[in-house]
Amino acid sequence: MTNPFSSAVLDLDCAAETERIGKLLSDYLQTYRRKGYIVGLSGGIDSSVTLALCVKALGKDRVFGLHMPERDSSEDTLGFSRLVAGHFGVASELEDITAMLDAAGCYRRRDDAIRSVIPEYREDWKCKIVLPSVAEKKGYNFFSVVARAPSGDQIKKRLPLEAYLGVVAASNFKQRIRKMFEYYHADRLNYATTGTPNRLEYDQGFFVKQGDGLADVKPIAHLYKTQVYALAEYLGVPETIRRRPPTTDTYSLEQGQDEFYFSLAYDKMDLCLYAKNHGVPAAEVAAYLGMQADQIERVYLDIDGKRNATGYLHAPPQLVTAVAEVS
Amino acid sequence: MEKSESGVKAKLRGFVSGNFLLGKSASELGETDSFLESGIVDSTGILEFVDFLKETWDIEVADEDLLPENFDSIKNLTSFVLRKTA
Repeated sequence: MTNPFSSAVLDLDCAAETERIGKLLSDYLQTYRRKGYIVGLSGGIDSSVTLALCVKALGKDRVFGLHMPERDSSEDTLGFSRLVAGHFGVASELEDITAMLDAAGCYRRRDDAIRSVIPEYREDWKCKIVLPSVAEKKGYNFFSVVARAPSGDQIKKRLPLEAYLGVVAASNFKQRIRKMFEYYHADRLNYATTGTPNRLEYDQGFFVKQGDGLADVKPIAHLYKTQVYALAEYLGVPETIRRRPPTTDTYSLEQGQDEFYFSLAYDKMDLCLYAKNHGVPAAEVAAYLGMQADQIERVYLDIDGKRNATGYLHAPPQLVTAVAEVS
Repeated sequence: MEKSESGVKAKLRGFVSGNFLLGKSASELGETDSFLESGIVDSTGILEFVDFLKETWDIEVADEDLLPENFDSIKNLTSFVLRKTA
């Protein structure tokens, strides 16, 4: 008889997994004759685990951390990312990307797009974009913009197409400029870059194409977020980092990843994704999570919807004919 | 603007053909075929329909209207447009 569905499906042999990932990290450097890895540090769990894995595999002297906050980053971002770099003893550098974002018009373009929906919105307001939970709501899922005035007054409006695309396009400068700095330092040091998506993010297209979606190695893209937390504990990532709720740190208003993109909190989302990937019936998952089967069905549909919508993000450049000599 | 069932349907097919199929005919698309399941349209595409309905029939789509029952096929969209313009 098979065991009933539970979170045990995500149990991980952390020692074996660390060794497996370490071998990949080491092999990649040998294959492409690079000397170490760049890790962009956000102070979150994914980049911290990626850094720890690189240090474990190659030693602290072959890993270089980058802190890349900007105007909208939360105040504690830099403190957390420095804590991680210091904890693992790696060299790191601060690259504040605000001036570059300003020069590219990131904030102005985003604010103009928001003002097309909320005319009252001003520069000193804070904003974020949010999605309702598909588990709680029937129908299509649409982004809304939430803007908060310094007085505390808050306005929420659904984003029509042009404004939605405008806000996203402008905000994507952040991830792309960060990646540009990662490659600058990688070229300078003859290093390779790392990408830090976990499986949920990778599978569901929660990344910016040629931004945080671009990297030479993505060492945790196959791991559910729950497993990333398990590795974090095994690798000795500081507890303060492990206790932080996941955020996007992209918009000026505080924003959890589950209200921005995922249907549920990560631990439940992990289990739904695993269950869907392994053909576990919705009713079985619902019973374990204390939810309704139709809610889980909606999450399953949303997973497919996001895979469909974000296929373009995963697609490599399309050639008319493969160039066999270099592929 | 044309508000007969056949007129609305033709207008929608024209939009699907021009906007999502880049000019290829939408004749193979069945009236009840799901836009999402057939891969023609994703969630951004639904927003394009919302704009098209506004531009063409001056329909304001409320949050609660954003359902597959209203948007996910030529048939559903036609019924929705006819209801909203009645």
